Parts: sequence; structure tokens; C-alpha cells
Amino acid sequence: MSENHEGERAARVHRTIEQVARDSYGRLLAFLAVRCRDVSAAEDALADAFQTALETWPRNGIPEKPEAWLLVAGRRKLIDGMRRSRIRGEAIPDLLAGTENAYEMAGESLLFPDERLKLMFVCAHPAIEAQARTPLMLQTVLGLDAARIASAFLVRPSAMGQRLTRAKSKIRVAGIRFEVPEAAQLPERLEFVLEAIYAAYGSGWDDITGADARRKGLAAEAVELARLLVQLMPDEPEPKGLLAMMLHCEARREARRTQSGSYVPLLEQDVTCWSKEMMGEAERLLCEASRRGRIGRFQLEAAIQSAHAQRARTGVTDWNAIALLYEGLVRLSPTVGALVGRAAVIAEAQGPAAGLSALELLPDAVVQTYQPYWALAGHLFKRLGRISEAQCAYSRAIGLSEEPALRRFLEAEISKSDERDSDTHLIGSSDAEGSVHHR
Amino acid sequence: MQYTLMFYLSPEEFSARTDPAKREAYWAAFMPYMKAVRDAGIFRAGAGLEPPDTATTLRLREGKRLVQDGPYADTKEQLGGLFVIEVPDLDTALDWAARYPAGPEGVVEVRPNLSASAAA
Repeated sequence: MSENHEGERAARVHRTIEQVARDSYGRLLAFLAVRCRDVSAAEDALADAFQTALETWPRNGIPEKPEAWLLVAGRRKLIDGMRRSRIRGEAIPDLLAGTENAYEMAGESLLFPDERLKLMFVCAHPAIEAQARTPLMLQTVLGLDAARIASAFLVRPSAMGQRLTRAKSKIRVAGIRFEVPEAAQLPERLEFVLEAIYAAYGSGWDDITGADARRKGLAAEAVELARLLVQLMPDEPEPKGLLAMMLHCEARREARRTQSGSYVPLLEQDVTCWSKEMMGEAERLLCEASRRGRIGRFQLEAAIQSAHAQRARTGVTDWNAIALLYEGLVRLSPTVGALVGRAAVIAEAQGPAAGLSALELLPDAVVQTYQPYWALAGHLFKRLGRISEAQCAYSRAIGLSEEPALRRFLEAEISKSDERDSDTHLIGSSDAEGSVHHR
Repeated sequence: MQYTLMFYLSPEEFSARTDPAKREAYWAAFMPYMKAVRDAGIFRAGAGLEPPDTATTLRLREGKRLVQDGPYADTKEQLGGLFVIEVPDLDTALDWAARYPAGPEGVVEVRPNLSASAAA
């Protein structure tokens, strides 16, 4: 065999393995983890299986069913590992029985049971440290590595690695159940899963300039997780609401900044830059969700975004309709983000004084370090001609901003604040415009 | 798996267990819970503890016993009792913890027992 030929074959093996890793990592891992109730052992076994594939496939050829091959190899590694440690020997029979079946199934049709939903519920279990839940989902269900997740959450890779290791150890030692919860517990538990996806999306969304490709990637991954959830729980309306809300925001991503990277608030965005395709998909999802007749927080968030999206069609924003949706939202979920968003909308519907009164209802302790509150307060003081208070609030908002683009925007607002232009209905922050209230 | 449910009580709850005015209500809520745990066949061990002012804490320092009056942890809620139960997983253990008729400030800590194979 010529060297060239061999090189080609190795390249084909690499492509196949990459493809399988991309398409099936989460399913393979979930399948193994559910059977041994140990995420790290399943990860190690699957990594070993991929390694063995890299070594043997160039020699023996690519198997007919690569996923099934990896599943069986992973299972074997897992059982070997458990025999050695003998700590959780009782799980072995289950593992054996389960995977024999799976191999038969995989042999027949390339299908083995999709356990990713169980894995998602385990990752978002309330017994797991809240900050670890989304990273754990991203790592296990989407197969992202700790370093990449760390950069998205702005923590050191070693810290993220430890957090993930701790979470996986908790799953194993505490004996968390790998199951989709029963109907009675489902709403509360599903809420954690949705919350985790929403937090991932929020981290991605905060990166206004899109300068950080990895954080932008996090938003895309959150959308992918939500799609998966919708696909796995087609009868639940809230996952559809969450996906619809994120798609509406994603539709406007390009319109949020100018060519030079400046921040453009929602009401100044050029609606022709919004993605019709994503808005259309969001509307379809929201419509399907609403047919279930069970309203929820994420459907309301999506409905607010949908109302904003109507401007692309009608040229105007129906502030009264949005205000009504906010009333529903704060009743179901009175987060500080939702309350500030509501105040912003009241200001648009009834004037800045009403907006300010709504804002003043929030307790001091809660808003002290909440940037969108101060950005909105600055804006409303400005519209009321209370210039020195406006400048004071704006400078607090600037001090609390993490995004350079947002800081520059607010600095520009301060310098404009002597001019008193009450015609421009700017809302000075990504959160206050009602997009993502993830904190 | 075996789990220990540790029931933490406020000073008011400690006193409710023996206070003639409150004790009937306290035990009327607790006894059915105890019975349910036993009837489920998951009960392995358990104890109720006297209030923390009856506790004595011992430290060994350089071979000497340092004996002090009072509980080890200086917190408002104190360990008031515990059950060891045998259930398949944490979620089932949490279900049992949730059934404990706790007072308004009640806290239950759930921890897996160290398995015998860990020492092997």
C-alpha cells in the first residue's frame, strides 16, 4: 500500500471520528452515564473508546456502525474499570444488560435509546451547585471541553475544571437519580433545566460587540440545547417558549452593533437587518406553545420579544401590549431583570415619571449593583430634565458595565444629557430593553 | 444506598417537643412520619437528641482532653435527631426528607453514608 493511500485512509478515519463525536457524543455519553450512574467514569470510558478507534480503525477499517462500535467499546472499558475498582460493582449487571440490548438495536437501525434528557435533568439537579449546572450540561450533552466553557463563563479553566469535577463526584457519591422526574415534580425540575440554558444564553448575549467568538458560541450552544429539549419534550410549552425567545433575540444580533462595533439599542435598530427566518421560526414555536394553554415565564418572555418584533412589520411598537405582558411576567417571575424591564416599558407607555415610580419600588439592596437599573434610571432622569441625577445614575451604570461597547454608549448618553432630547425613546441597556433577564 | 437524614431544629422547635402546651401538637405531627418511614421498610437506625445545651464537646489536644460545655457548631439551628434510611437514590431520600413535618425554620440535611467498600 502506498504512503499516500495510507495517509488518505487515516484522514478518512479522522473525519469519520470527528463527525461521530460532533453528532453523537452526547447520546453516547448519556447512554453510558445513565447505566453506570457515574458521569466521569462514562466520560473516561468514552474517551478511551475514541482513542482505541483512532488507533485501530486505520488498520482494520471503519466499522459499518461507528456509533455502535464506540458504544460497545465504551461499555467494555466501563466494566473493566468497575471490576478494577469494585466500588460500585452492583451497577455492572445493569450496564451489561442495557448495552447488549443497545448493541442489538444499534446493529439493526443505528438507533439506541436517547438518554440525553435524563442527563440534562441530572446536570440541572437542585442538589448540584447552581453555578455548575449549565457548564455541566454543556460539557456532557454537547461535549465542550472545560477550557472552552471556562472562557465563556469568564473563570479560570482550572477553576471550571474543579467545579465540574466536584459536580460529577456529587452525582456519583450522592447517588442522584438518572431519570426524567415524575409529573408532579416536573415543572420545578424543568425550570432548573430551562434556567440553566437561559443562563448560558445570557452569558453569550451580554457580549454585545461579538468580539469574543467563544461567548458568541455559547449563545449558539444554548440555542442548540433548547432545540434538543424541544425535540425531547414536544408536549411541554416552556421549552418552546425559551427557544422562541432566544430566536427572537438572535434574529437581532447583527443589528445590535454598528460596523465599528458601537452598541445600538433596540429602538434604534434597523429592522431590515433582523433575520426574518429566525423570527418566523420563533413565531411558529410560540404559537405551538400557546396552544397547550399553559402559560409560563418563558412563553411570556418570548411574547414580549414577539411584540417587539412586530415593529419590523408595522413600523411601530405597541407599548401597552408589552406593558401588559410584563405585568404577567412579574407576577410569575418577579426577577430584578423583569422588574426593571417592566419599568422601562411603563416609561414608554405612560411617560418617564411613571417609569421612575415603578423603578423606585425596587429595594435598594437588590439594585445596588444591577447595571440595567442605573442605566434606565439615568435615562428616565434625563427625560425628566433632572440632569444632575441623570449624570449620577449614568456614571453608576458605567461603573457597573462589563461591556466596553455599552460603556461607550452610556458615556455618549451622559454627554448628550445637557441637551434634553425627550423625543428619543432610548432605553440605555440591553437588559432594560427587555431582552434577556438572566440575572 | 444508605442515607442519613439529619434534622436541624430551632430553639423554639426544641422546646416544642417537651413544652406541655405544644408537645401534643408536635408529636401528633411527628409520629405518623416515623410510622411511615418504618412501614416503608427503609428505616435502619435513628435517634432523637436532647437540646444542644445538654451537649458536651471534647477535643483532644496533645494527648489532653479539652472538655467544653455546649455543642460543637455555634449555629441557631442545631441537630435534633437523625434517621438512617435505605433507598435507591438521592431523589428518593429527598422525598422522605420532604415529608418530615418540620417547623417554619426546619432544615433537613441529607447525606449518603460512607459505603463499606470505601474502607476496603
